[in-house]
Amino acid sequence: MRLKTKYAAIFLTMALLLSGCSSLKSGVLNPQGPVAKEQYDLIIWSIVLMSIVFIAVIVLFVYMLVKYRAKSSDEDYVETEEKENKWLEILWTAIPVVIIIALSIPTVKSTFKLEKSPSPNQKPITIQVTSANWKWIFKYPEQGIETVNYVNIPANVPVRFQLNAVGPMNSFWVPELGGQEYTMPGMTMYLWLEADKAGTYIGRSANFSGKDFTHMQFNVHSLEKGKFDEWIANVKKSAPKQTTDMFKQLLQPGVVKEQTYSSYPNVDVNRLDENGNPIIAPNSHQHGKSDDTEMKMDMNMNMDMNSNSHHNMNH
Amino acid sequence: MKDFLFNFKMPEHFFITGDPLIYGAYVSIILVSLAILFVLTYYKKWVWLWREWLTTVDHKKIGIMYLVAALLMLFRGGVDALLMRIQLTAPNMHFLDAEHYNQIFTTHGTIMILFMAMPFLIGLMNVAIPLQIGARDVAFPALNAVSFWMFAAGAMLFNISFVLGGSPDAGWTSYTPLAGSALDPGPGQNYYLLGLQIAGIGTLVTGINFLVTILKMRAPGMTLWRMPLFSWSTLITSVIIIFAFPVLTIALALLTLDRVFGFHFFTLAGGGSPMMWANLFWIWGHPEVYIVILPAFGLFSEIFSTFARKKLFGYNAMVYSMLAISALSFLVWVHHFFTMGSGPWINSILSISTMLIAIPTGVKVFNWLFTLYKGRVEFKTPMLWALGFIPIFLVGGITGVMLAVAPADYQYHNSYFLIAHFHYVLIGGTVYGCIAGLIYYWPKIVGWLLNEHLGKWAFWWFTIGFNLCFIPMYIVGLKGMTRRMYTYPAGLGWETWNLIATIGAFAMGIGFIILVWNMYYSFKHRQNDTTGDPWNGRTLEWMTSSPAAEYNFAVIPQVKGLDAFYLIKKERAAGVKEEAPEIKPIHMPKREAFPVIMSAFMFVAGFGFVFEWLQIGFLGLLGSVITMIWRSFNDYDRDYYIPVEEVKKTELAAGRRV
Repeated sequence: MRLKTKYAAIFLTMALLLSGCSSLKSGVLNPQGPVAKEQYDLIIWSIVLMSIVFIAVIVLFVYMLVKYRAKSSDEDYVETEEKENKWLEILWTAIPVVIIIALSIPTVKSTFKLEKSPSPNQKPITIQVTSANWKWIFKYPEQGIETVNYVNIPANVPVRFQLNAVGPMNSFWVPELGGQEYTMPGMTMYLWLEADKAGTYIGRSANFSGKDFTHMQFNVHSLEKGKFDEWIANVKKSAPKQTTDMFKQLLQPGVVKEQTYSSYPNVDVNRLDENGNPIIAPNSHQHGKSDDTEMKMDMNMNMDMNSNSHHNMNH
Repeated sequence: MKDFLFNFKMPEHFFITGDPLIYGAYVSIILVSLAILFVLTYYKKWVWLWREWLTTVDHKKIGIMYLVAALLMLFRGGVDALLMRIQLTAPNMHFLDAEHYNQIFTTHGTIMILFMAMPFLIGLMNVAIPLQIGARDVAFPALNAVSFWMFAAGAMLFNISFVLGGSPDAGWTSYTPLAGSALDPGPGQNYYLLGLQIAGIGTLVTGINFLVTILKMRAPGMTLWRMPLFSWSTLITSVIIIFAFPVLTIALALLTLDRVFGFHFFTLAGGGSPMMWANLFWIWGHPEVYIVILPAFGLFSEIFSTFARKKLFGYNAMVYSMLAISALSFLVWVHHFFTMGSGPWINSILSISTMLIAIPTGVKVFNWLFTLYKGRVEFKTPMLWALGFIPIFLVGGITGVMLAVAPADYQYHNSYFLIAHFHYVLIGGTVYGCIAGLIYYWPKIVGWLLNEHLGKWAFWWFTIGFNLCFIPMYIVGLKGMTRRMYTYPAGLGWETWNLIATIGAFAMGIGFIILVWNMYYSFKHRQNDTTGDPWNGRTLEWMTSSPAAEYNFAVIPQVKGLDAFYLIKKERAAGVKEEAPEIKPIHMPKREAFPVIMSAFMFVAGFGFVFEWLQIGFLGLLGSVITMIWRSFNDYDRDYYIPVEEVKKTELAAGRRV
């Protein structure tokens, strides 16, 4: 009876798992770029190796329970004096060692590989990411533009994200493009990602940062190279400039909508005052073609192309 | 001076208001307190409470108090868990808001690790270890009471945060800068710091106490290599505690200085380093994981051997693998933050050191399985929990190896995959070990057995519920759900899994209720353990009556090998004549009032520092120091002898030959 319940439980779990498999293709198990793919392959390899361990232990476990469970027929059981078996113990020490070697080698290789550009022959683009209570700010130093709570990247181009934080730490994570890296105040970190094709991928903060942490979700739009350049030109032409005051305002705690700016003030978020806030000079140099005029504008302005795009995560 | 003495700066909210849950808590706290006061007064139990419990130094009674506290905290942490699961049942729920949710996951984690797992295991150590090594008590009985009351003061302080001043809300990891005073002002985070600090002192003292007890107080003939595995695991755990807990003490003290006295150890402004907290926390935190798992390993070893009616397979390898695990436990802490930019060399090395832990752990699992080989396996409830541990811990272990792969960890870190992993190891290992150990030692603690039938229901509800609750978390983690989200949007394919997880969590809750109901039911329908050896045990604790007399053994037994009591029983069966042992007067410690008084002062100090009322804080500290000094000058007449006549009377009453 007991065993039957156990089998039923195992069966039920398996059935649940299998029924879920069709919908597993999202997030980490749906890699959409070379970094995510590298990590995906490593994950699958570790699952294969661990399955060997899992099956070996479960088979032994079930065998022992079925074979040696107390029966009424063995009332006269006499304890064996056997207390160890050197060869068996060497065996189950050696096999894990082999498995760990088989896992360590690709682990170390990938660890070093992922520090570098996933496509070394391609010219990369740099995007500066700053997490601030509770929003994501993306600056494009090469293009001189800034977006908030969404980021557009060119497809098939390696992106070097340069990560920083104002306030608490967050973690910048876009599962379908690759693993995460923390954003930390006062310390710049780097993360390489690349998308294989055009599409929209969800990113979020993976490290708890306070009240509205949950809402730190953003979209990563991967655009074909031509479309990306077109978008940049469009932003430069029609998006508002960001003044120093606007940037200060943006750093205030709160949740904001997606925003786009054709320029941003020159602020080094790593330079902090005694309260831990970034030092913002009143007349910072403006990136992009700026004539420094005071502009009153809609902070929550959305670009046309963002408002009607949707993520592709749920098929 | 006057300004200092009367400066009671009030936090924004002293009494937490505005939520039915909180009002419910106020009402129940007041009602329960009144009920306790009434019962104690009505039945004239105040003196009894003071003499028998508050001032006791008996390791068995201290163990019981630890276990009661642990079960209460398991209930509190479990309610926290259910509240979180209700909130996450479906997308965009409004059962809890972000602030509440953040407090609840913080208290859930902190309570479960520090105020549930730790006292549960320390309680079982207290109950069993002196008996298992053939001692009359621990090496420092009064210090043992200090340990318990310090823990109790810390736990009480942490728990009142719920109604006074607000709970901590920066996660049980309390990472700076989020947990610094700039981003998280108010008493909440101070409760975390002071509560853990006070309880941590108790734990450190326990580590010292059990190290000395096991090294110095073993029965004649019990060499280290004849010690049962639970004693071995406690010895090793004590060493880890002694090395790891001072790091926590320092880290908490530094952050307290930052928050309460305006220092800058972890604040960037002024040149501090927030990363330092993560390092210090996990240099304590990772060994802490092994502090709560190794004693469970010890308990499983005892239970497998007893219910398979066989010697533990590969005893030496079991001990060496625990030693290896304890050494490695200090060499893996960076794997908690591979994604904080340590660089490829450090990540690679720490990745491999983490994987290495799988080797000694694997050896243990195979040795447990081969303990069953050619045995006669009885499925009594302690054994069920021990057997349930194997597949669950296996899943937790192999996903742990997956997490150790640094580049893959970039995809798992802080996701529900991680949550599922550590619940598989901590529940499958520690909680299953605690429950198995509790049921196993129950007759030794109270003198009657728990009902097997209800026990099996509890096991199956809990086990099936557990898997339903946590397998989905592996999946939503891979689908990108991160921990500590108070809600989530629809359409990401997370809904079904979260719903299943919530159902599973409630099934676990039902399992817990059956477990507790079983204690009441079995008390009502008592099946007394008259032999002292209900499971056909193999180690010395089963040689005493159930419950054991105050002095444990009328005559300290001679140990002739591993599984000492099994050997004695074998000799008895073979008809070897035992010499009638001569009973001598027994030297025992007297009860002590200073531990509970000193801890009460520490509670006052903690409360003062939480609200940054420094005058109260220092007053409390002064009180506890004075208590300590007073005790040092009154170090006479702290022991007494139980006369032979009384020992004989007690033994006869327990149905023993004298």
